[in-house]
Amino acid sequence: MKKLSGAQIFVDCLKREKVDTIFGFPGGAVLNLYDELYHSDIRHYLVRHEQAAVHAADGYARATGKVGVCLVTSGPGATNTVTGLATAYMDSIPVVVLCGQVPTPLIGNDAFQEADTLGITRSCTKHNYLVKSIKDLGRIMREAFHIARTGRPGPVVIDIPKDVTADVTEYQATQKIEIPGYNPTTEGHSGQIERALDLLLKAKRPLLYIGGGIIIANASRELKRFAERFRLPVTMTLMGLGGFPGDHPLSLGMLGMHGTCRANMAISSADLVIAIGARFDDRVTGRIDKFATEAKIVHIDIDPTSISKNVVVDIPIVGDAKKVLQQAFQILKKAKYEKLKTPQRTEWLNQIEAWKRQKALAYESNGELKPQFVVEKIYEVTRGQALITTEVGQNQMWAVQYYLFKKPRMLFTSGGLGTMGYGFPAALGVQVAQPDKLVIDIAGDGSIQMNSQELATAVQYNLPVKIAILNNGYLGMVRQWQELFYGKRYAAVDMSAQPDFVKLAEAYGAVGLRATQQEEVVPVLKEAIATPKPVVIDFHVSREESVYPMVPAGAALTEMILL
Amino acid sequence: MRHTISVLVKNEFGVLSRVSGLFSARGFNIESLTVAETLDPLFSRMTIVTEGNDQIIEQILKQLRKLIDVIKVSDLTGKDFVERELALIKVKAEETTRAEVLRTVDIFRSKVVDVTSKTYTIEVTGTEDKIVAMIDLLRPMGIREIIRTGRVAVPRGD
Repeated sequence: MKKLSGAQIFVDCLKREKVDTIFGFPGGAVLNLYDELYHSDIRHYLVRHEQAAVHAADGYARATGKVGVCLVTSGPGATNTVTGLATAYMDSIPVVVLCGQVPTPLIGNDAFQEADTLGITRSCTKHNYLVKSIKDLGRIMREAFHIARTGRPGPVVIDIPKDVTADVTEYQATQKIEIPGYNPTTEGHSGQIERALDLLLKAKRPLLYIGGGIIIANASRELKRFAERFRLPVTMTLMGLGGFPGDHPLSLGMLGMHGTCRANMAISSADLVIAIGARFDDRVTGRIDKFATEAKIVHIDIDPTSISKNVVVDIPIVGDAKKVLQQAFQILKKAKYEKLKTPQRTEWLNQIEAWKRQKALAYESNGELKPQFVVEKIYEVTRGQALITTEVGQNQMWAVQYYLFKKPRMLFTSGGLGTMGYGFPAALGVQVAQPDKLVIDIAGDGSIQMNSQELATAVQYNLPVKIAILNNGYLGMVRQWQELFYGKRYAAVDMSAQPDFVKLAEAYGAVGLRATQQEEVVPVLKEAIATPKPVVIDFHVSREESVYPMVPAGAALTEMILL
Repeated sequence: MRHTISVLVKNEFGVLSRVSGLFSARGFNIESLTVAETLDPLFSRMTIVTEGNDQIIEQILKQLRKLIDVIKVSDLTGKDFVERELALIKVKAEETTRAEVLRTVDIFRSKVVDVTSKTYTIEVTGTEDKIVAMIDLLRPMGIREIIRTGRVAVPRGD
């Protein structure tokens, strides 16, 4: 057995986990680790704020299905990752964040750049570790990656004290992973699956309600086959968009607070709801006691705590979405299902068509440059093929209302935590993962200022992402709520004091473009796409547009406010 | 309804923090919590008494199982189990009440573990009902301090 330093073991473990990309920001506590990385062929991307490192790793993970990796220093380096960790935690994204820590004898002494990283990150990670001895380092690295990527994925933090990185020991790579308290269930209970299928056969108005779990499980093909086999309308949560093709005739679009009229009406009238990889979040259900009141509910999810947490379900099935759907197809081979034909469901589908024709997704076209128009043009010019990240708020909602996602892993948005400032660093991570694809961050002027410093990162590594700022000089979504529910008392939402975004882009060495009229939108988009550099596009849009439909907080899904 | 939950966990630092953090983050109430090593020093056992309706208790059990450091979760409530608690009670022992205190100590098969001219410190073990009964009886005589361990429990049989 060779004698290796902690830093060498660190790099060896990363290579064993097939890590080839790290987003990070150095500091005193991680000097030894960075010294070792200097010699390795792992690509390191230096960000300008640790929050961006985590968002970038998050975007990279969502784009590839691999574990995203970050390296930051102790103290403020670690605390700066908290928002990124909470973002990944809420959306179940596999990220491993490696934090430096002060040397073990100094822990707990209020040392320079010391923070109780473990205590601070405990509630926003799937698990975390403090490496107290070099003898534990290899095992902990291996376990951390395993925990991050299996079961319901999630972020894991490893706190590594500086003396551990300098220490030396005889090292043998950990072969087996032994975590007695961790054994996620991936296979569904076949009895339950059969009961669910029996319900489906009898249902008159069934539908599928799918979420991010479908995408994480890579189950889009099985889902499409299942939906078509039983002619089931499909509605998606924000996190599930792309899990089922948005342009498919069976697609109802997104449901929930800003979902389509037909999706919300359909789920409120359904007699059977099959939920797969979704968790009945409050943005989706609206008023819980009025949610899907006519329906029996089947819930397929890998996390038992999500089942019957908000809404009590009739048939719970714990398992991996892909596996359970495959099992369902096996069970369908049974004799009793042989004579089964795909039902026509004419009445139910006609009802849904009627709701579709209500065209609630509309906006007034009065010659001004509307934000919805900009997103429509982005969709047209990219032919729906671009990889889209979003920030949070109105920009996010318009992005998913007016851009149809036909495949998984094309939309990258902070759904659960709703983190402003996520989109741009995530776009950098996505671009690193997919260097040949067009990546566009649809942003608001508020959100983009939260991580605009990453323009330096984009320029340094020439990541040619495009930022489309729907600039209305307001904290848009908050302004909308103040307009609808607070008598237009616009408290603290005026953001008209903003940088000239074109000059800001140029100040960093990126390209800046602007459009203020409808006719300028398409030419400017085409110019941006043709430019092999990071581009910021400042779209000056109508100041007081609102997102419709909207289900007000505390209202039932059927009580949508339409334009 | 009150539930007694027995949790087998890895004996590592931070596990107690994780469990109590879980309860507080989700708004679950911990009435009492005891924890100590088991026969195998790699594992510890926690006994938690908590309160909630069926849906809340189900969430608590599931959330506990989800923790990586938790090996096994058993809800002992409704099953046959042995429960015990230990209390140290420092009670005033004046001339007039001294004898009565000692009689109470005998009746409850408890022990006096410390004595001064003014106080007796009593050690009593038993079910929660027994402890509460003794405290109620001693109260009129003047209790200085009560230190309770909280409940430990083990299922009956094998």
